[in-house]
Amino acid sequence: MSNEATLHSQQEVMHGAHDHHDHEHHHEDNFISKYVFSLDHKMIAKQFLITGIVWAIIGAFFSVVFRLQLGFPDATFPWLESILGHWAKGGRITPEAYYALVTMHGTILVFFVLTAGLSGTFSNLLIPLQVGARDMASPFMNCLSYWFFFLASLVMMASLFVQTGPASGGWTMYPPLSALGDASIGSKIGVDLWLISMALFVVSQLLGGLNYISTLLNMRTKGMSMTKMPLTIWSFFFTAVLGVLSFPVLLSGFILLLMDRHAGTSFYLSDIFIAGKALANEGGSAILYQHLFWFLGHPEVYIIILPAMGMVSEVLAVSSRKPIFGYLAMIGSLFAICILAFLVWAHHMFVTGLNPFLGAFFVLLTLLIAVPSAIKVFNWLTTIWKGNIRFTPASLFSIGFVSTFISGGLTGIWLGNSSIDIHLHDTYFVIAHFHIVMGVSAFFGMFAGIYHWFPKMYGRFMNNTIGYIHFWVTLIGAYLIFWPMHYEGMAGMPRRYFDYSSWTSFNQFGGLNQFISIVVILVFATQLLFVFNFFYSIFKGRKLTEQNPWKATSLEWTTPINPGHGNWPGEIPEVHRWAYDYSKDGRDFIPQTEPIGPNESAH
Amino acid sequence: MDTAVTAKKKWWDGGYSPFNVSYGKLMMWYFLISDAFTFGALLISYGTIRFSSTSWPDPNEVFRSFPGMGHANLPLVFVSLMTFILIMSSVTMVLAVHAGHMRDKKAVAKWLTWTIIGGACFLACQAWEWTHLYHEGAWWGRNPFHNVDGTLASTNFTNFFFTITGFHGLHVTSGVVLNIVILANVLKGTYEERGHYEMVEKVGLYWHFVDLVWVFVFTCFYLL
Repeated sequence: MSNEATLHSQQEVMHGAHDHHDHEHHHEDNFISKYVFSLDHKMIAKQFLITGIVWAIIGAFFSVVFRLQLGFPDATFPWLESILGHWAKGGRITPEAYYALVTMHGTILVFFVLTAGLSGTFSNLLIPLQVGARDMASPFMNCLSYWFFFLASLVMMASLFVQTGPASGGWTMYPPLSALGDASIGSKIGVDLWLISMALFVVSQLLGGLNYISTLLNMRTKGMSMTKMPLTIWSFFFTAVLGVLSFPVLLSGFILLLMDRHAGTSFYLSDIFIAGKALANEGGSAILYQHLFWFLGHPEVYIIILPAMGMVSEVLAVSSRKPIFGYLAMIGSLFAICILAFLVWAHHMFVTGLNPFLGAFFVLLTLLIAVPSAIKVFNWLTTIWKGNIRFTPASLFSIGFVSTFISGGLTGIWLGNSSIDIHLHDTYFVIAHFHIVMGVSAFFGMFAGIYHWFPKMYGRFMNNTIGYIHFWVTLIGAYLIFWPMHYEGMAGMPRRYFDYSSWTSFNQFGGLNQFISIVVILVFATQLLFVFNFFYSIFKGRKLTEQNPWKATSLEWTTPINPGHGNWPGEIPEVHRWAYDYSKDGRDFIPQTEPIGPNESAH
Repeated sequence: MDTAVTAKKKWWDGGYSPFNVSYGKLMMWYFLISDAFTFGALLISYGTIRFSSTSWPDPNEVFRSFPGMGHANLPLVFVSLMTFILIMSSVTMVLAVHAGHMRDKKAVAKWLTWTIIGGACFLACQAWEWTHLYHEGAWWGRNPFHNVDGTLASTNFTNFFFTITGFHGLHVTSGVVLNIVILANVLKGTYEERGHYEMVEKVGLYWHFVDLVWVFVFTCFYLL
């Protein structure tokens, strides 16, 4: 039999889903199956996006609160006491609250917003639409993926409200601090909830990632060879591969940590005193946890940035009306980044007791990443070079992405050197580096994606004017926030301190810290403006009147304005050319579905 | 969408599965790679801690009991039996998958039943071994066994043993549950109706994987 039979029946199922949809159009989907436990990849994408937005507001608000402390260490804000209670007695947050806020800010932004909110949203939305599939390979697993994420969110949210507060040992959750409940107030049940939430999150990522990979490998429409796929899909592919291979290692690390907390083991513990009392734990290694953590932790930054890169590539080509420059080089560099991502984790550990000889190899491999990164940057620049650029909010954010990726990436070359790292580690220089290259850049990619594909998601446009205000304030604000941190870091100002005013070496930066905090508040307010724009436009935005508002070549714009479950009303279109035929043979753009003409050559 | 295979077919050009497998099998393969990383991380952690310790207990001293044999010194005999049972259950799984290809419902049910019995026996053996070690004073955070060189051992020998064999046992348990679900479907005639027994192949992949992992776990804890 059997391969033939199975493959055939799989396609039957795909057809079946489509017929089913036509049939169901007459009697409405009920609310639960359409909006809650939806099996439609487009709805699941929106669920990821909106959950991500809620988390982003919370995570960013936390940064506003701790920036208030850093900028105005002597001031009191009575309203803080009314929302945080005993965590902000007298209107000033306690050191414990400060660590909790910093930890949660990192966890929320890295995992819940920039992993689930970013790749969860756009992989779900774009993979079936751009490869020409009716839905994900397994819509049910896709639905589960979202609901595991939702459960993880609930548990993490609950941890914010327990008496002893959420986990507070930093988003990396290093033992021994995180392994010993007696070590600090932030190491109690908050850490357990954090670990459970993250385990659920790993399950969600695995279910999602397996689906993304098998959909885009197995369910491409006729003619959609791998090298005809838009770069977005390539980036989602590598993102999913990274996630499927690195998250399980994190899970192992968490299992051992949970055992150390509750089963009396000593995987990460040895020779420890708490309050002058020696613990019995012996033979473990705290460095082991760091290896396990960063084996995920480093690929994680690429899980965050690759989808942004893919979307930026797509948006830049569309908005400059030019083919992407160096399509194959773009794929090659994504691949190179994907491989190197697994080989550089120890550069996070140069000063934690890593053998300096081993460090030398990690320096080399780390610096190698500059090569594919530079290839990508030059390709983006040459793509927009002499292009007929349409400055939509999406294209502005894409250009902003390239800018922040360059300026944040260059400091990565500094930090990748183990000897310079001796001076710069654990200072504000590191904060400046990773916020610009990973945080701000990934957000810019995400914003570009939202502005660009919003019409596909909701059949309406977002407001452009607010979009422009959003872009300029965010770009200028991001540089004003993080650029000064480089100076602070080079002057040796350490991370994670609650109050710098008592150190003469650092209180020279008091004014600068104040300035940064004020900009943070302004930028945060502008993000709320974006959120308003987003939700307002869902209901009241300018309606789409044509299928293909950006005059793009890729398949998602061949679907109806408000596509039903199944995406295309008739047959799935066949693909004949790559996704970047812009300004070719005197034509503005040629859709992927148009056959190659007799006098034309494929790119 | 005809899936007839011709010599000139371009597998990667879309419209077909490039590996000529269903998405379900593809997912199972990727899941297994992912799960291999989970076990890999645990075993490498074990290796790291063990290599950084000056000495380690001798498995021949620790694992030398056999149910009903009292204090007889039978190093590694019981675990060999366990391993044999698990490998045999892989063999019966191969036969079940093969019967599925032949679309022989009765044979699939028979071999799947044997696989389930094998898995259950393995779990029972593991339960006995754990209980036995527990009564000897071993548990998470407690290690009664001395190092080979006679010095006092850290608890990490038992910590890793119970964690990793427990994690593997959890995999075997879920494998047995999956096999039971699939067996129920076989008996109900679900796959006969569907026209193929691919689900048996998929749980088969998982089962072989769990078996393969045991080979590594066995090597790391009992032989090295």
